Amino acid sequence: MSEDRLRAAVAASALAGEGARADLLQSIVDVARAIFDAKAASITLYDEESDELVFEAASGEGSGLLVGSRFPSTEGVAGWVLRSRESLVIDELDKDPRFARQVAERTGYMPEGLMAAPLLRGEQGIGVLSVLDRPAERSFSVAELDLLALFARQAALAVQVVQRARGAGSALEGEGDTAVVARLAQALERLEGPKRDAGMRLLGALEELLEP
Amino acid sequence: MASGVEAPSFSLRADRVGELALPASWPFALTREWAWGGSTGEGVRVCVIDSGVESGHPDVGEIGSSVTVTADEEGYANVVDDAAGDVFGHGTACAGIVRSLAPGCEIDSVRVLGPANRGSGSLLLAGLEWAVARGHEVINMSLSTAKPELLDAMRRLTDGAYFRRATIVASAHNLAVESYPWRFSSVVSVGSHEESDPMRFYYNPDPPVEFYGRGLDVEVAWKGGGRLRSSGNSLATAHLAGICALIRAKHPELAPFELKSVLRLTSSNATIEAG
Repeated sequence: MSEDRLRAAVAASALAGEGARADLLQSIVDVARAIFDAKAASITLYDEESDELVFEAASGEGSGLLVGSRFPSTEGVAGWVLRSRESLVIDELDKDPRFARQVAERTGYMPEGLMAAPLLRGEQGIGVLSVLDRPAERSFSVAELDLLALFARQAALAVQVVQRARGAGSALEGEGDTAVVARLAQALERLEGPKRDAGMRLLGALEELLEP
Repeated sequence: MASGVEAPSFSLRADRVGELALPASWPFALTREWAWGGSTGEGVRVCVIDSGVESGHPDVGEIGSSVTVTADEEGYANVVDDAAGDVFGHGTACAGIVRSLAPGCEIDSVRVLGPANRGSGSLLLAGLEWAVARGHEVINMSLSTAKPELLDAMRRLTDGAYFRRATIVASAHNLAVESYPWRFSSVVSVGSHEESDPMRFYYNPDPPVEFYGRGLDVEVAWKGGGRLRSSGNSLATAHLAGICALIRAKHPELAPFELKSVLRLTSSNATIEAG
């Protein structure tokens, strides 16, 4: 385990578990849906190995069946947004035959329109935030496009936190001498009161001993 | 729309149009009639660098040439003939807008799509280089790159285009990451306004976005011969590209900086008084 991974693993020991990370992404799509008064919202992340987009979190109509499902990153509006790194709004999605038939039908929910913004880590597109079916009676505004892009930035940061935590979590579960230290940090974090104080004193003494 | 959120000026809200009033009399009242009256864009070649263009689409017609950029095993980009058409629909949407404004122009397509996280910037560069070398007067670009290692090459290429009298019309990206070429002064960068007149465009005295075109709720051509309604800065960009084609067809002598000045002088905020 490299020093970076050890640091990450120790940091992860203080982080909430996978459930809380999923909650973070879920809260983002819930808020996105609320902001735009939409029927559904989702985050898809790019899986570089398979060149696919994977539904990571979904809120609203069709969301139950969506999380975990994947589609080729070369397809659909989300695929375009991932590559162009440009926010895009499509209002009559049913006229785009490929989108409507392949992804939407699987969820049992057929959106009429969507707005999508890329999630970026520097230059790289790491995923797409999609907001489905804003109220049809309300005219769309450029301010909403800008707001979507702003919100996507926040979502991208949250996704990166989750991805780092997952990476660190897997380091924590690994073998090797340094993983033991990471697990120790995790165990210490769980302690309370005198036991924790004793643990801290012990580690302090160990630190002194190991100083060159 | 949530209230109280002040978005950056990447787009132009309808209620802020009045703030952009420009003096219409400098250096003289250039009219739209002078700029493109009677022009159809004939004789001008517009290159759409995008997801491909569906040739024969009712809103696009036949296109001149269609190429794509691929990366070989060593990572070198090759420009080859392309029969894939439009793999998303987006390039066809842009081409349809250009055609609707400049029915007489020739449209060529460069499809620039690689794996999402690998090499897209270098493919884009190769596509742009091809378009400039082929002498296109107007180049429509929705894509950009944010790779620092490509920044110099992109700047050299857009400066080269500028001196070869190719006007690059590029979508502004309203994202946190800095991307190019739309931020370069040698290109015409475009964001969206909220109005429905396709010939309405605004000069923005507060760059990097220099112009706003129609980009909201536009009926556009899409792959498969269809149409749908869409919004985005790339649609605004295609409107400006079409207008550039009209101007260049009528005034072939104009260099990019002159063409940009004509856009500034005929912009809707400069002609509000003149009508």
